[in-house]
Amino acid sequence: MTLAPELKDMSPEKLLAPVLSAFWDEDRSWTLDVYQRHEGYEGLRKALAMSPDDVIAYVKESGLRGRGGAGFPTGMKWQFIPQGDGKPHYLVVNADESEPGTCKDIPLLFANPHSLIEGIVIACYAIRSSHAFIYLRGEVVPVLRRLHEAVREAYAAGLLGENILGSGLDLTLTVHAGAGAYICGEETALLDSLEGRRGQPRLRPPFPAVAGLYACPTVVNNVESIASVPAIMNRGKEWFRSMGSEKSPGFTLYSLSGHVTNPGQYEAPLGITLRQLLEMSGGMRQGHRLKFWTPGGSSTPLLTDEHLDVPLDYEGVGAAGSMLGTKALQCFDETTCVVRAVTRWTEFYAHESCGKCTPCREGTYWLVQLMRDIEAGKGQMSDLDKLNDIADNINGKAFCALGDGAASPIFSSLKHFREEYEQHITGRGCPFDPAKSTAWADRTEVHA
Amino acid sequence: MTTSSSERSDRGVSLGMPQLPAPAYPDDVRARLETDAREVIARYPDSRSALLPLLHLVQSEEGHVTRTGMQFCADMLDLTTAEVTAVATFYTMYRRRPSGDYQVGVCTNTLCAVMGGDAIFEELQEHLGVGNGGTTDDGKVTLEHIECNAACDFAPVVMVNWEFFDNQTPESAKGMVDDLRAGRPVAPTRGAPLCTFKETARILAGFPDGREGAVEATGGAGHASLIGLKLAKGEAAPARVVHPRGETPRDTPPHEPSPAEHLSSHDAPQDTSASDPAHPSGPVAEEGE
Repeated sequence: MTLAPELKDMSPEKLLAPVLSAFWDEDRSWTLDVYQRHEGYEGLRKALAMSPDDVIAYVKESGLRGRGGAGFPTGMKWQFIPQGDGKPHYLVVNADESEPGTCKDIPLLFANPHSLIEGIVIACYAIRSSHAFIYLRGEVVPVLRRLHEAVREAYAAGLLGENILGSGLDLTLTVHAGAGAYICGEETALLDSLEGRRGQPRLRPPFPAVAGLYACPTVVNNVESIASVPAIMNRGKEWFRSMGSEKSPGFTLYSLSGHVTNPGQYEAPLGITLRQLLEMSGGMRQGHRLKFWTPGGSSTPLLTDEHLDVPLDYEGVGAAGSMLGTKALQCFDETTCVVRAVTRWTEFYAHESCGKCTPCREGTYWLVQLMRDIEAGKGQMSDLDKLNDIADNINGKAFCALGDGAASPIFSSLKHFREEYEQHITGRGCPFDPAKSTAWADRTEVHA
Repeated sequence: MTTSSSERSDRGVSLGMPQLPAPAYPDDVRARLETDAREVIARYPDSRSALLPLLHLVQSEEGHVTRTGMQFCADMLDLTTAEVTAVATFYTMYRRRPSGDYQVGVCTNTLCAVMGGDAIFEELQEHLGVGNGGTTDDGKVTLEHIECNAACDFAPVVMVNWEFFDNQTPESAKGMVDDLRAGRPVAPTRGAPLCTFKETARILAGFPDGREGAVEATGGAGHASLIGLKLAKGEAAPARVVHPRGETPRDTPPHEPSPAEHLSSHDAPQDTSASDPAHPSGPVAEEGE
């Protein structure tokens, strides 16, 4: 991969901005002690000195947008909660991180769970909620342990429970472990699941802000969105807006994975590019070049090496024909078969389709049949148009975004790599050797 | 949700007489579970919200969700068994038949599969002589492939009883299952020393792990989680890690990691918490132990 020379001057110290990850390297970073040493719960103190409405306005003015994929302004979500309606209000944190490629909330909660708990208390104060839930996917027991412990610590320190810090605010926080269903990351399916039902999306309207959990006004926010709030309250909205762009302000976690030299978490102002991230982190693995990547998980349309300089913010990635999503930058090099990659994602969507909407339930099934045939060299040229057609019949035609997500890799891979599909068909098989894509492929060559 | 073919054939299709009601738990078991269940139910404004945790709870009793367990949930929440069954069969973490003490899940979603998850899963099936969802004859290990587990920067990933085993290779994974079957202690890269599947299910039901050191085990963030931070602090030049850590030579017994193996430049990324030579760390060794 060639890199523009001027970028060499940009050091990681200047390009990165660790906030949530700032002390993950400290001993016992997940404890209340360490969190408080790093100004933990100072944001809460400042928020409690304001009126709830002012807190909502402040978060809105900071420009914080949802970090779970859709990018909806967090403060605006809070503002939609009707006040004085006499019903209980609920905050539900979506910690069901399951979008393929996405791996930011889990390390965040493992290393710094108190940033989420502080954010929850602030949010509940603002929306006048006295009961919040963390819906954590069940398959991450190490994180569940630390959340249990962090919540225990927070209760013991008077940061949860009754009359928090003498403010008169009472708050109960329940940690709820899911049971293995990707669909529960969709906010209305998550609410059904939290009510003890099969996780299936609801038709909107009514939106959760009006009729959410137990048909009461409910805010559903992503972990990283809520965890970003304490720093905004503590260090100021101007500080937050000094990072990123006008429409996409602030810092965020970018997760680099795949055939890169140094996969991991990189916290930076919104708008950094993949080229900058690769440049500072050692690039693609030695001797290989970038072929395709996802900007925000498997549901966001694939991009290629033409898009290395796309600013990774909501507008920039949108303009490039994809979505910022969860900033899960899965990078695949030239050894990877795009048909194999898309087949596997499609199998995932078919497996995880909840079955409620016919276009998604049936469509993902047929996409899998066609993709498997093509990958095995048993496809026909007419199958490519059929794939596009089926994807088109799913996209936008189901209750929730899972259907759209299933269509994304099909559309985008056909757009950028149609020739590779054709090769599988004309060549009657896959031209790639999967052994060359493995993490240990190059080592075997050297040491064999 | 899909049902594996083996599961279908196990359960069969019964015609004619409907199934008799499920047998009840013995009185002492039921009394104990009722105490736990009431504690779970009290956490929610509406009792039905306790259904998922209660299914984890009954799974912690028997290792899978039985008809007895579902009847218990229905009784506690004033639901029909049909309502409970509909939920229990929707979620993949609830097992519907007896399985092993250790559930070994290999991520075969796209990124892990490409990075080697497919090869790991294939070799483990061969090594253990079981297919997807199969359990070894000794009842120790149930093998299955799983979907993305939010650890893509540690690919390829294997989960054992939902603890993280990062940066696996076919050799490290085979060594790990051998250790599990031989009863040797096995510790994840991120998470606590393994407990059984039943004990894990109890934590999932919302009862904190009471074992000393369980919360602290394996220290803070994993090495990949810290890479950006270290760069931002100017602490690390971008290390060129061409090879995954944890790869052990084929002629070395992989289940007996010696410190020397982990000193290899091929085993660990440089300048990370996980590569401190004083603390041997590999997929089968606990960080900071």
